[in-house]
Amino acid sequence: MKYFQLIWAALFRRKTRTIFTLLSVLAAFLLFGLLNSVHSAFTGASNSVAGASRLITVSKISMTLSLPKSLHERIAAQPGVAEVTYANWFGGIYQDPKNFFPSQAVADNFLDLYPEWELPADQRKAFHDIRTGAIVGASLAEKYHWKVGDKIPLQATIFPQKDGSNTWTFDLVGIYHVTDPNLRGQENNFYFNWAYLDEARQFDKGTVGWYVVKLADRNNADQVAGAIDALSFDSDHETKTESEQAFTAAFAGQFGDIGLIVGAIIGAVFFTLVLLTGNTMAQAVRERVPELAILKTLGFTNRSVLALVLAESVLLLVLGGVAGLALAGVLVNALRTSLPAMGPTSPMVPVGAASWLQGLCLMVLVGLIVGALPAVRGMRLKIVDALSGR
Amino acid sequence: MSTLVEIRSLSKVYERGKQRVEVLHHVNLDIAKGDFVALMGPSGSGKTTLLNLIGGLDSPTEGMLSIAGKRIERLSEDALARWRAANVGFVFQFYNLLPMLTAQKNVELPLLLTRLSAAQRKRKAEIALRLVGLADRAAHKPTELSGGQQQRVAIARAIVSDPTLLVGDEPTGDLDRQSATDIMLLLQQLNRDHGKTIIMVTHDPKAAEYARRTLHLDKGTLVERPELIAA
Repeated sequence: MKYFQLIWAALFRRKTRTIFTLLSVLAAFLLFGLLNSVHSAFTGASNSVAGASRLITVSKISMTLSLPKSLHERIAAQPGVAEVTYANWFGGIYQDPKNFFPSQAVADNFLDLYPEWELPADQRKAFHDIRTGAIVGASLAEKYHWKVGDKIPLQATIFPQKDGSNTWTFDLVGIYHVTDPNLRGQENNFYFNWAYLDEARQFDKGTVGWYVVKLADRNNADQVAGAIDALSFDSDHETKTESEQAFTAAFAGQFGDIGLIVGAIIGAVFFTLVLLTGNTMAQAVRERVPELAILKTLGFTNRSVLALVLAESVLLLVLGGVAGLALAGVLVNALRTSLPAMGPTSPMVPVGAASWLQGLCLMVLVGLIVGALPAVRGMRLKIVDALSGR
Repeated sequence: MSTLVEIRSLSKVYERGKQRVEVLHHVNLDIAKGDFVALMGPSGSGKTTLLNLIGGLDSPTEGMLSIAGKRIERLSEDALARWRAANVGFVFQFYNLLPMLTAQKNVELPLLLTRLSAAQRKRKAEIALRLVGLADRAAHKPTELSGGQQQRVAIARAIVSDPTLLVGDEPTGDLDRQSATDIMLLLQQLNRDHGKTIIMVTHDPKAAEYARRTLHLDKGTLVERPELIAA
C-alpha cells in the first residue's frame, strides 16, 4: 500500500495520454459488460423459476414452420401436462417499419400460463370477450403513449387478411405489468387473440406457431417432452420440445451464433486494447528509464521495479475496466426495460457477480500482459547505462 | 579515524563490441570514516566509474572493494541494492528527482524500502528538508523549484535514511556560482557537523576546495600529484 502513491503518480505522469487510454479501456469493458449481458441472457443465465416449469413445443424442422392446432388436445392429454396454450408470431409494424416490436396471436388461456404478468381482472375479461382485443406491456404502452380504449392499426408482414388488406386494427383492452425487474423486457410485447388471426388471415388456417406447456411437476420435464414429441413422430410435422430457455437461445440463434458473435467482438476489442495499452505502457516506461534507474540507485531491487511497472499497468486496466463495467451495469438496467423480450426472457441480464468476477480477472490478465514487456525492460536496465543515457 | 572505504587492486573493464576498454587499472585507495574526498581528473579518467563502484552502482572486473568491512564486490545484484538502500546516499549533477512527486515525496522515496510507518516517513522527510533549508518547499514539485533548490532536495533525499556514505557526481555541475557555493557549504556542513563521509567527483577546483582532500585520476590510475600529469 505504501507504494500506491508512487504507482498512482507514475500512472498520471502524462495526464492526457493516461485519460485517453483509460477511456479506451472503459469503452472496451463497457462493450464487454453489454455483450456479456446479452450472451448470458441467451445462454440460459435467466434465473426465472417460472420459466423452468414451462416447455415450448415447436416444429422439429424449423421454428418458423407451423404446427397443426389439432395437437392441442393431444398434448393436453399427456400425463404430466398441467395446461397447454399456443401462440403464433405475427410480426406487425406500427405506422413505420422502424416501430417493430414482438406481436403474437395467443390462445385465450395464454395468460393462465404466465402468472408473473399482472393484468386487472376486468381487462383480462375484456381480452377474452372482444375478438379484436389486444393487450400490451406497460413499457410498450408508455413508449407509444397508448391507453386502454385506443384503436391500434398494425401492418402485417406475414399474414394479409382475406380481403388482401395488410392492415389489422386492434382494440387495446388491457395493459399488463411485469413485477420481476429481470423480466421487465416482456413489457414490450403485443398480444391479441389467435381466434381473430385464424379467422381473418388468408392462409395457414388451423395452425399455430408453437405450444407452451405447463408441467404438473418440473422434475418430469424430460419424460413429458419425450411423450409430446412422440405424438408427431414420423409425421409431416414432427416436433421438438424444449425448455423456455433453450427455446430463447434457439430463437436468438436464428440471427446467428450469439456466443460466436459475442466472442468474436470481445476478442477483437481486447486484441486492440492490448495493442493500444501495450503501446502506452511501453512509451511510458521508455520515457521513465532514468527515473527507474534512480529507483534502483536508491535501493529498489529488480523485482521491485518489475512489480511497480506491472502494478501500474494493472491499475490502469482496473480503473478503466471498473468504470466501464459500472457504466455497463447502469446501461443494461436502462436498456432492459426498453428492449423487447426475445421469447420468454429479457434479451439482457444484469451485470452480476459472475460478470464482475470475469471482468476483474480480464482486467488483471490484460494488465499483466501489456505490462510484461515494459516491466521486464525496467527490471533489466543497468543503472550506470540508464543514468548516462546509453 | 577508522577506514571506511578500502580498495585494493580495483580494475574495471568495459567490453564495447569487440573492444576491451580498461577504465580503472589496479586502483588502491583508503578513505577514512568522516573524510570528505574530491575526485578530480580529465574526462575519461575513470573518476565516475570509481565513484559508481564505491556507491555499489556497478561491479568491478577484479580487485577488492570493502565498505565498512563489507566486501561489496561479492554481493549479488539484489543484495547490492539492499546494501545501497541502507548505506549510501546519492547526489547527481542533474538532481534526478521524480518530476511527478513533490519535494516531500521525493525525499521519502528511500524510506519506502524501510519498515517505517507513513507518519514516521513524513517526519523524517520533514527533518531532512529542514536541514537543507527547504521546509517551506515541501509541497512543491521539482519543476516549481530552482536548480539549487532541486539539488538541495536531492541532498535531503540522500541523507534521509542516515547513510554512512554520501557520493556525489558533479553535484554543482549544473548550478550557477552562488548556488554551487551554497551546495558545497551544505555538503561541508554535513561532513563537519554530522560526520557524513563524502566522496565527490568534480571538474570544478573551487568545489574541490571544500573537500578535506583531493584525489586525482588519470587514465584509470590514481595520481598523487597532479602537476606530474602535465610533466
